[in-house]
Amino acid sequence: MTKHVPLTINGVEVRAPEGTTILTAAQDAGIYIPTLCHCPDVSSQGVCRLCLVKIEKRRRLEPSCRTLVEEGMVVVTDDAEIEQLRQVILELILSDHDFNCLLCPKSGNCRLQELVTHIDYNERRFNRFEHVAKELPIDTSNPFFNFNPNKCIHCTICVRTCNEISGTHAIDMAHRGYDLKVSTFANKPLKESVCVSCGECVERCPVGALTPKKVEHPTREVKTTCTHCGVGCGLYLGIRGGAIIRARGDRENPVNQGNLCVRGRYGHEFVDCHERLSFPLVRAYDEYAQASSIVDEVTEKGKPVTAPLVKREGKFVEITWDQAIKYVASTLSHYKGDQFSAISSAKCTNEENYLFQKFVRVVMGTNNIDHCARL
Amino acid sequence: MKKPAPRESSKSFKIDSPESLQLFKKSIVAGESATGKEVVICCGSGCMSSGSEHVREAFVSESKQQGLEDEVTIKRSGCRGLCVRGPIVVVDPDDIFYQYVTKEDVPEIISETLLENRVVEKLLDEDPATGKKYLHEDDIPFYKKQKRVVLKNCGRIDPTSIEDYIKVDGFQAVAKVVSRMTPEEVIEDIKLSGLRGRGGAGFPTGIKWETAGNAPGEEKYIICNGDEGDPGAFMDRSVMEGDPFSVLEGMMIAGYAVGASRGIIYVRAEYPLAVHHLSTAIAQCADLGLLGRDVMGSGFDFEIKIVKGAGAFVCGEETALIASVEGRSGQPRPKPPFPAIQGLWGKPTIINNVETLVNVSRIMLNGAEWYSKIGTETNKGTKIFSLVGTVRNVGLVEVEMGTTLREIIYDVGGGIPGGKRFKAVQTGGPSGGCIPEELLDLPVEYETLANVGSIMGSGGMLVMDESTCIVNIARYFLDFAQHESCGQCVPCRLGTKQMFKILKDITKGEGNPQDINTLFYLAEAVKAGSICGLGMTVPNPVLSTIKYFRDEYREHIHEKRCRALVCRSLISYHIKEYKCKACLKCLQACPVDAIIGAKWQVHEIDQTKCVKCGTCMEVCPSRFSAVECVSGQVIED
Ligand SMILES: Cc1cc2nc3c(=O)[nH]c(=O)nc-3n(C[C@H](O)[C@H](O)[C@H](O)COP(=O)(O)O)c2cc1C
Ligand code: SF4
Ligand code: SF4
Ligand code: SF4
Ligand code: SF4
Ligand code: FES
Repeated sequence: MTKHVPLTINGVEVRAPEGTTILTAAQDAGIYIPTLCHCPDVSSQGVCRLCLVKIEKRRRLEPSCRTLVEEGMVVVTDDAEIEQLRQVILELILSDHDFNCLLCPKSGNCRLQELVTHIDYNERRFNRFEHVAKELPIDTSNPFFNFNPNKCIHCTICVRTCNEISGTHAIDMAHRGYDLKVSTFANKPLKESVCVSCGECVERCPVGALTPKKVEHPTREVKTTCTHCGVGCGLYLGIRGGAIIRARGDRENPVNQGNLCVRGRYGHEFVDCHERLSFPLVRAYDEYAQASSIVDEVTEKGKPVTAPLVKREGKFVEITWDQAIKYVASTLSHYKGDQFSAISSAKCTNEENYLFQKFVRVVMGTNNIDHCARL
Repeated sequence: MKKPAPRESSKSFKIDSPESLQLFKKSIVAGESATGKEVVICCGSGCMSSGSEHVREAFVSESKQQGLEDEVTIKRSGCRGLCVRGPIVVVDPDDIFYQYVTKEDVPEIISETLLENRVVEKLLDEDPATGKKYLHEDDIPFYKKQKRVVLKNCGRIDPTSIEDYIKVDGFQAVAKVVSRMTPEEVIEDIKLSGLRGRGGAGFPTGIKWETAGNAPGEEKYIICNGDEGDPGAFMDRSVMEGDPFSVLEGMMIAGYAVGASRGIIYVRAEYPLAVHHLSTAIAQCADLGLLGRDVMGSGFDFEIKIVKGAGAFVCGEETALIASVEGRSGQPRPKPPFPAIQGLWGKPTIINNVETLVNVSRIMLNGAEWYSKIGTETNKGTKIFSLVGTVRNVGLVEVEMGTTLREIIYDVGGGIPGGKRFKAVQTGGPSGGCIPEELLDLPVEYETLANVGSIMGSGGMLVMDESTCIVNIARYFLDFAQHESCGQCVPCRLGTKQMFKILKDITKGEGNPQDINTLFYLAEAVKAGSICGLGMTVPNPVLSTIKYFRDEYREHIHEKRCRALVCRSLISYHIKEYKCKACLKCLQACPVDAIIGAKWQVHEIDQTKCVKCGTCMEVCPSRFSAVECVSGQVIED
C-alpha cells in the first residue's frame, strides 16, 4: 500500500499518497491551481510557470506540477506575490497569441480562454506590450488536422504526447528564444514527416493550435468498439443529425485507455459511405460448372438469376449469407493442399484469425497462410 | 641544442611513475640552451589579432640571418593579459617586456637586446604621468596589484609543448595525488582550500566532488565547462589557449577524486585556437602515457575528449550543456537532480569551469593551506576578470578575492582614458548588474556583488564612462537575453522580449511614465519564474540600472533627454551661428546633404534630413568647434 504523507496546503491539512505532485494533492483537496503546460497523461515539463507555488523553507517558487509532496510540507498556492507573477505570465502569453476567439475552432473548449476568467490580468500593462501578428503559415498538409503555430503557446504537451503516448517522435521544439516552435524534422509539412496522424497530440493541445479539420460538436455519444482491427479499442462515437461526426477514445477501456490510432480516430466515414457493402456479393461469373448451380439460385434484388451468366461477367450480384457460405464451401472443395493459399485480415479479431489459420492448415491441408498486416 | 627534448624522442619514452616524471623534467632542464636567451612572443588571440604571428616570423628569419638560430629560442606563448598593448614580446633571460612590437622592430631587438644586452627604450611601457619607463613585467602597474595563480603559466610557457609545462612543475600535482593520496584525501583538501566554482554560482567545489564521489555507480564523468558564452569575456579562452595542460591536470585530479575515468572538455567552436591547443595537449599527454590506462602506475585510468559547442550562450548552463553533449537541443532542465547525482547519460557528473579546474591543479601542487591564505574569509583564492570597456588597460587581470572594484579599475586597469568620468561597471557578463561610482570600494566577492544586484558570473567586467547611456546599455543586454533564452519558460522567452521592446521605446523617446514600473514587474517575473540561471539573472541589468540610475530613465521618459548623447532619437546636432566660419568642411562631409550653406554663408543643419551620424561634429575644426550635440534642451541660436 502506498504511504500517505501529511502536508499543509493553504493552511489546510491534507494527506496525499507518496509520489504525487503538489498539484494533484491540491486538486484532490479541491484547491485550484492554474496550469497550462500540465497534462496528466504525460510527464511534466514545468514550462508555463503558472502553477508556481510557495513552499516553506525553499528559496524559490516551485512548479507544483512537478514537485512531489513531502512530509510536513507547508505550501501556499496563492498570495499577492504569486498572483502578480501569474498575471504577468498570462499577459505575456496573450501578448504572443493570435486570440481571435470568434473564429477559433477551439473556442469554448480552450484552456487559455478558461484561464483568462480565473486570472485577473492587468489591462494597462497588457496593452503596453508589443503584440506581433506572427502570421506564420498554417500547416494544413495533414488530411485530418491542422497546425496553426500562431495559436501555439509552446506548452510542449504535443511533443511529450508524441514521444510518450504515440511513441512516434514526429515533432519536437526547434530553435530558441522567441523563435521557439513546434516542428517536424527539418521543418517539413506534417504530411511529409513520420507523423502517423494518430491525433493524440490534437486531442491534448490545450488551445487552438492543433485542431481537427472537422470540428463539429456532437449532440450525443455512443459507446462502442472500434471495428478497424483486432485490438478492439473502446471508443465513443459522437453523433449529430444521425451521422457520426467524430470519435474519441474511451479512457475507461482497459485495452486502449483512451488512445486511438488514425483509423479509429478519423476513419469513421465508411459507416455512411454509399459504396459500403451491406450484403454479401458474388461476382456473377464462374468458369466452374459446379458453382453455377448455386449461382443459379442467387437472387438479384429478390428475383432468381435466370439469364446466362456470361453476360454478367464482372458484375456483382447480391446474395444472402447462407448462399454465400454455400458458394464458398462448394468452391473450396475443389482444392486441396498447396493448390490453395489464404490471406487473413487485420480487421478480424484475434480469435477469428486463429480459427482461419487452423482451417487452412487442418481442413485445407496447407501452410500457405499469411496476413495482410505483414504485407 | 636549440629545443629541449625534441618530441620524437618522447615517442618511446613513457612517464609511468612519479619518478620517471622527475627524470623527464631533469632531462629537459639539462637540455636547455646555455645562454638562456629566449624570445617569447605572445600569441594569444589578442596579440595575434594585432599581428604577433608576423612578428614571430620576423624573429625566426632575422635570427637566422644574423646567425643566431642556435643561441636563441623563439617561442610562442599564450595571453599575457595586457592585450591592448599587443603584440607583446618578452626577451629572456633578463625578462624585458616590450609592447606594441611590430615586425620592423625585430632587427633592432635582435641586434640591441640579444646581441648587445641593451634595451630598446621606445618599446618599453611608460608611465604617462611621470615618464618613468618599466623594464620588467612585474614593475608595470598593470601587473603589480595582480596575483597570478591561475594565469601563472599563461604567457610564460609554450602552450603546445608538454616539456615546457613539465619544466614549470607540470603534472607534479597529479603525481602527488595518484601516488600518495586517497580520493577522500583529495576531496578533503579541496574542501579545506575553500575553493568555490568559478563558473558563476560559486558553489563549493569540494562539496560537489564529495556528492559525486558518494553517488552510486561505476561510470562517472568529469566535464570541463569551456563554453564561455558571455560577450566580451575571454578568461577561459586565454587559459585554454595559453595553459591547456593545467586544465587537463585539474581534470585528472577531479577524475581521481570522484572515481571517473572519462573527461570531456566542452569548448565553443568559435575558439579554434583553444580547441587546437587542447587537442595537441591531449595528444602529447597520451603520447607520454599521462592520459590513458594506469596513469603513472597508480591503476587510475583517465581519458579526455573534446566536444565542440555550437555557440549558444545557454549551453554554458550545466544541464543544457549535458543535453548538448548528448545530442539534444540545449535546453536546461530543473534541478534537482543535480548533475553530480544524475548528469551525462544519467551518470554522476562533475561539471567544473576551466578556471576552477586550473585552481585545483595549483591547490594540489602547493597545498590547501597555501591556497586558503589567499583571498578573504569566505572567498578564497583569486579571480580572473576580463577587463573591457572604457578603461586604459583592456585585458585579462587576475586579482585576489576581496580586491575592491576601484583597485581593479584604477590601479590595475589604469582608470578611464580621455579625461572622462566613470559611470558604472558591470560585472558578471550579460546577466550582471551595473554598479555605480558610490559602490566602487566594494570588495569583489560572490556575496557582496549579489547584495548590490550584480553577480560574479564567470568574470566579465565592463567599465563604462559618462559617454555611455545607461538605458541603452540595459537595452543592449536585454537584446542579448531575448536571443539567448532557450525559450522554454514563458517569462524568460516573452518577458525578455517585452522588456527589450519597452527599453527600446524609451531610448527612442517613446517611453511612458508607467514604463519603469512595468519593467520592474516584468523583471521580477522573469527572475522568479524561470527554470535556469539565465532567466534568474538576465533581468539584473534592468533592475540594477533602475535602482542606481533611475534619474536617467526619468530623463529619457519625461524630458526626452539622453544625457550621454547616445540615443539618436533624442539628440540633435546644431551649428552655432556665432562660431561657424563657413568653411564648408561639414557641408561636404555630411553623407545625406543635410547641411545648408555656402562660402561666406553660415551653415545650418536641416533637421528633417539629418540622420544624426555626428560626422559634422567630427570634421568641424577644433579651433572653431561650431557643431554641438544636444538632447532635451532648448536651443538658443
Ligand atoms: C546561462 C548560463 C550560462 C553559463 N555559462 C557558463 C560558462 O560559459 N562557463 C562556465 O564555466 N559556467 C557557466 N555557467 C555555470 C554552469 O552552469 C555551472 O554552474 C558551472 O560550469 C559549474 O562549474 P563551477 O562549479 O566550477 O563553477 C552558466 C550558467 C548559466 C545559468
Ligand atoms: S486558442 Fe483559445 S484563446 Fe486562442 S483564439 Fe482559440 S479559443 Fe481563443
Ligand atoms: S498525430 Fe500522432 S504521430 Fe502525429 S504528431 Fe501527433 S502524436 Fe505524433
Ligand atoms: S501545438 Fe498545442 S500542444 Fe503543442 S505546444 Fe503548441 S499549444 Fe502546446
Ligand atoms: S530560464 Fe530561460 S534559458 Fe533558462 S530554461 Fe527557462 S527559458 Fe530557457
Ligand atoms: S502547469 Fe506547471 S509549469 Fe505549467
